[in-house]
Amino acid sequence: MHASKHTLNISIEPFGDSAIIVRFGNRINSDIYEKVQMLANDLENNPFPGMIECVPAYTNVAVYYHPFVVYESFKQVNNHVSPFQIVKSVIEEVIDQLEEGKRTNNRVIEIPVCYGGEYGPDIEKVAKHNLLTVDQVIDIHSNGEYRVYMIGFAPGFPFLGGMSEKIATPRRSTPRQLIPPGSVGIAGGQTGVYPIATPGGWQLIGQTPLQLFLPDKTPPCLLQAGNIVKFVPISEQEFLYQKEEIE
Amino acid sequence: MTIAVISSGMLSSIQDLGRYGFQKHGVIVSGAMDTYSLRIGNLLVGNQEGEAGLEITLLGPTLLLEEDALIAITGGDLSPEVEGVQVPMWRPVLVKKGSVLKFGKIKSGCRAYLTIAGGFAIPEVMTSKSTYLRAGLGGYEGRALKAGDKLETNSISDYSLNLFNKLKKKDTAQPFITTRWFVDFYKFITLSNEHTIRVIAGSHFSRCSSNSQKNFYAGKFTVTPQSDRMGYRLSGPEIKLDEKFELLSEAVTVGTIQLPPDGHPIILLADRQTTGGYPKIAQVISVDLSLVAQMKLGREICFQEISLEEAEALFIEREQRIRELEKFLKLKMNWKFCTSR
Repeated sequence: MHASKHTLNISIEPFGDSAIIVRFGNRINSDIYEKVQMLANDLENNPFPGMIECVPAYTNVAVYYHPFVVYESFKQVNNHVSPFQIVKSVIEEVIDQLEEGKRTNNRVIEIPVCYGGEYGPDIEKVAKHNLLTVDQVIDIHSNGEYRVYMIGFAPGFPFLGGMSEKIATPRRSTPRQLIPPGSVGIAGGQTGVYPIATPGGWQLIGQTPLQLFLPDKTPPCLLQAGNIVKFVPISEQEFLYQKEEIE
Repeated sequence: MTIAVISSGMLSSIQDLGRYGFQKHGVIVSGAMDTYSLRIGNLLVGNQEGEAGLEITLLGPTLLLEEDALIAITGGDLSPEVEGVQVPMWRPVLVKKGSVLKFGKIKSGCRAYLTIAGGFAIPEVMTSKSTYLRAGLGGYEGRALKAGDKLETNSISDYSLNLFNKLKKKDTAQPFITTRWFVDFYKFITLSNEHTIRVIAGSHFSRCSSNSQKNFYAGKFTVTPQSDRMGYRLSGPEIKLDEKFELLSEAVTVGTIQLPPDGHPIILLADRQTTGGYPKIAQVISVDLSLVAQMKLGREICFQEISLEEAEALFIEREQRIRELEKFLKLKMNWKFCTSR
């Protein structure tokens, strides 16, 4: 079942002077997700002159371009038109001709997680916020099946759809300066894993010994958009053992 | 050609114009904070404008140039000197073998760029030489320079060679030889005391309270000590949303001004994350990014709104100037063919 293009509410807006955002909606939904992936793939396979790259997200695609190259490439055809207007009309044409693509990659990947304690310093806050016990939070989080909607923020960082609203918790009001790699977090109704040490505002509930960013591999990340993720609770001993094995 | 690092300075890292094409894997762009200074620096020594240079922050390194080298220093004025003699910036400089290049007091800006004819011999990682500090990727062993490092350079272009030979003929008793002409950098970036940054309103600006919208443009913001290559955290009048909302994470870019719930905006810069979930209240226009990159901690800034069309026109105009500069410099470097005998 796919929504036809008439039922999707598409908006195209400038994103500074060198990028554009194409929005297909504003909530997590598999039809919207399909359109996002299709547009990003189509543009990557047939880039317009001056296009740099695409970043697909849950409901939208950001397309980066070089305004001067766009301007130079199209000025014969379209003098006095802004690079944004040129890119916008190019993308509108692409959207009109989008065909239903192949279904995305449904590979299932299990991610072991040591929940709570020093590995998940915010798990009690998440439990309290949702009037649950820590064990219930672990139970709900590790029984979900999650779709990788996008990779972003840091190399290999998966944004996962499908988390139960029962454990949804707002982001921290001030981001932490440094989060240890492998940390599993919750932000609103999303969950994800920090692959490298970075600042961030998510509520941390556990840590995985797996490495999600693999700079020597192509593609350089364990997870790709479309994959299915399952979290498997492990003990601290198991965590330390696996971490040592991997390193 | 080898440059030996005697002392590293505060943060000296190899940067080019950035690592593009991997943002969908979450791999950040990195690259020079002030791309105009790097581009002009490269053109001044006869390199391609996107060659990697050394980005030098606040407290500069001490470097030993083991052979004759054609260099340029652009960006912020951190008082560069060779063998104790002040080196002019924004022009090609032939530094003699065995000389020591040092940096001193900050006179303007906060980041200088050292470019060298041929560019640094650094392997590309994912199509870029830029150092991605947090992931330990690219650049010199994925990190900032430290004492004892040795930077090698590639062989130099014909343009560089012509200029090198021409300067060599002008030899004097000085530890370096330079041209009389230079680039008027004010045409490209402002390093003066002006502190107005031009922005385009962001997707979520209209969701700020009307008082906050007013304060954003009327208020003064200070660059706080928590600022780095990833972003500048600002303090100033608190900017509040009319109504709190949780946003799905989506792409952010260089110059995006995010608003965390604490009400203190963050300007995202070279080492920004690829996506973020805080509301995007404004976007610094591309031509003003170098100005932001040259702001020291503690500097005050104001924001001024302009239209997308104005930002685009400024972008196109500046690119045209850079192309003109490139043509002019190539002519200058080829003058050997025009004036010989």
